[in-house]
Amino acid sequence: MAMPTADIMPMLPPSEAPVPATRKRRQRRFLGNRKAVVGLVLFGFFCLLAIFGPMIAPYDPGKRGDELLIGPSGDHWFGTTHLGQDLFSQMLDGTRSVMLVGIVAGVVATVLAVLIGVTSGYLSGVGAEGLSALSNVFLVIPALPLILIITLSLPETDDLTIALVIGCTSWAWGARVLRAQTLSLRRRDYVEAARATGESTWRIIGFEILPNLTAVIAASFIGTVIFAVLSEITLAFIGVPGVSEWNWGAILFWAQSQQALAQGAWWWFVPPGLAIALLGTGLALLNFGIDEYVNPRLRSGATKVRGVKMRVGFTPVLPKGTKR
Amino acid sequence: MNEPVLEIKGLSVDYGLGDEAVHAVRDVDLTLHRGEVLGLAGESGSGKSTLAYGMLRLLPPPGVIRGGQVLYHPRDGAAVDLLSLSTSKLRRFRWAEVSIVFQGAMNSLNPVHTIATQLCDVIAAHEPKTSAAARRARAKDMLRLVGINADRLNSYPHQLSGGMRQRVMIAMALALEPRVVVMDEPTTALDVVMQRQILAQLVELRERIGFSVLFITHDLSLLVEFSDRIAIMYGGRIVESAPAADLYKTSLHPYSDGLLHSFPALRGPRRELTGIPGSPPDLGAMPTGCAFHPRCPKAFEPCADTMPELEVPATRPEEDRTVACWLHTVERVRG
Repeated sequence: MAMPTADIMPMLPPSEAPVPATRKRRQRRFLGNRKAVVGLVLFGFFCLLAIFGPMIAPYDPGKRGDELLIGPSGDHWFGTTHLGQDLFSQMLDGTRSVMLVGIVAGVVATVLAVLIGVTSGYLSGVGAEGLSALSNVFLVIPALPLILIITLSLPETDDLTIALVIGCTSWAWGARVLRAQTLSLRRRDYVEAARATGESTWRIIGFEILPNLTAVIAASFIGTVIFAVLSEITLAFIGVPGVSEWNWGAILFWAQSQQALAQGAWWWFVPPGLAIALLGTGLALLNFGIDEYVNPRLRSGATKVRGVKMRVGFTPVLPKGTKR
Repeated sequence: MNEPVLEIKGLSVDYGLGDEAVHAVRDVDLTLHRGEVLGLAGESGSGKSTLAYGMLRLLPPPGVIRGGQVLYHPRDGAAVDLLSLSTSKLRRFRWAEVSIVFQGAMNSLNPVHTIATQLCDVIAAHEPKTSAAARRARAKDMLRLVGINADRLNSYPHQLSGGMRQRVMIAMALALEPRVVVMDEPTTALDVVMQRQILAQLVELRERIGFSVLFITHDLSLLVEFSDRIAIMYGGRIVESAPAADLYKTSLHPYSDGLLHSFPALRGPRRELTGIPGSPPDLGAMPTGCAFHPRCPKAFEPCADTMPELEVPATRPEEDRTVACWLHTVERVRG
């Protein structure tokens, strides 16, 4: 071809890539998502409570008082129990254990799920099949009874052990999903191309495959956190010994055993129930936000952008005189 | 022949809104006459597909139509502006009057349904009163029309070759006897033999059924042979529009000239392939004046400052063509 290459060079667009600007825009986009913001605020609120809750609690949560089973008042914002304990302090004190168990179990389960799921999806052979079989086995074991048995047989159970037990028993679902996704990704053209250019297996997994799994990993993390929180609360609620520290489940346990509902003491069980619901909602919203942030295609639903309704299949026509 | 079917007037299409908007199609005028094959050519990113999808309002977000009109002239009755149709009317209108063969049409078929189901679906969606047997008979006819044996009706897409799938898509596009068929690079993924077959079939079908085709491609050599008129797009605008033969003989815009010299002629003397230096403009930061001037070998002083209008060339006022280039304006010819 008689096409001098020297002519091409000066014509290329200027390559001064404004990296910080794009990063700022990305942040704005994540925070511009209403679901993500609400989720983040709720989650952050409970995180703050977990850190500072025990410090700002007005009373010692276990201390008995004279005012038995009274409703919310200026002295006791959330009322008192049958022993005169302050429920507001119990709630504040209990948040830490709930959040700690939820996050630690979530991290443990997610790390296990990524390791086992992606490895068994990407590699082939006996090892991969073995890992897959292992996750299948964990998938069919009923989680809560197993957690119960383990916690009961351990000599000492504090929050951390419970978190580890929950984490080590609830990774299988995430591993399953990640394996399926990896199986599909590993045959994509760009992964084949990376293999052909001689990238090492770990680089392919780390740079070509993992970024595509971000949404799934985030979803499985948040799902596990919700599961772990509910499991811990269930354990406390059915009164597993050792879970003696205050948490929302323990409050519910006492409310249940003292017939709070029958006595009309709604302030005993409504706050912990509401807190569980709010935390779950926050985590779920955060999950939606991450999903839409990671996967741009999810963003383009029937949404309104600056007053213009965007809809797939029916491109909007801007009214005349719209600002250009 | 000179009766217009589809008139695009001043159509502008953006991606995004406000300050971040990228103007992908700017103020385009284009007329498709009855029974005509209008070729739309240009480099990747020149706005060909955006124009076609924009005019049918098929652009996914963040695409928006900023202005203009798309007038469709039905067989009887007044012209309708596609851009002002309601959602349900547009839904009924599309495919029945204007259908489209998508880019990479081979992959537009759903792999879990048979060809028959998918062909019948199209008919059922627009003519719900037809009986299942009638739909099936019609689907069979359509397949025969594009040269596929009717016993393939119960095949799944993976059982057909790429060319056959392509023809199924064309059959689907013709199933409701539309008056306009938009074809967005329908033959790009096919080998030349298959391209030839499909195009020959298309020409034949057009003569038999009498629809107009808006044919989008970057393969200018194909258009020269196959279309009646050719419009060349660059940077979101039409820079030249002329009958195919005229354009091939004497292209007026330097960009069309560059495109025509980017592929070898099969016959005639050897000529040097010059190509076009540089790369297409960034639609977010268009050069001032004529968008092509940084790459244009014939650029002179007005090019960088003022944009030329698309008008009948002063150098050849007698011909049925338009061009947007300072080389052919009145001032230039007189001066």
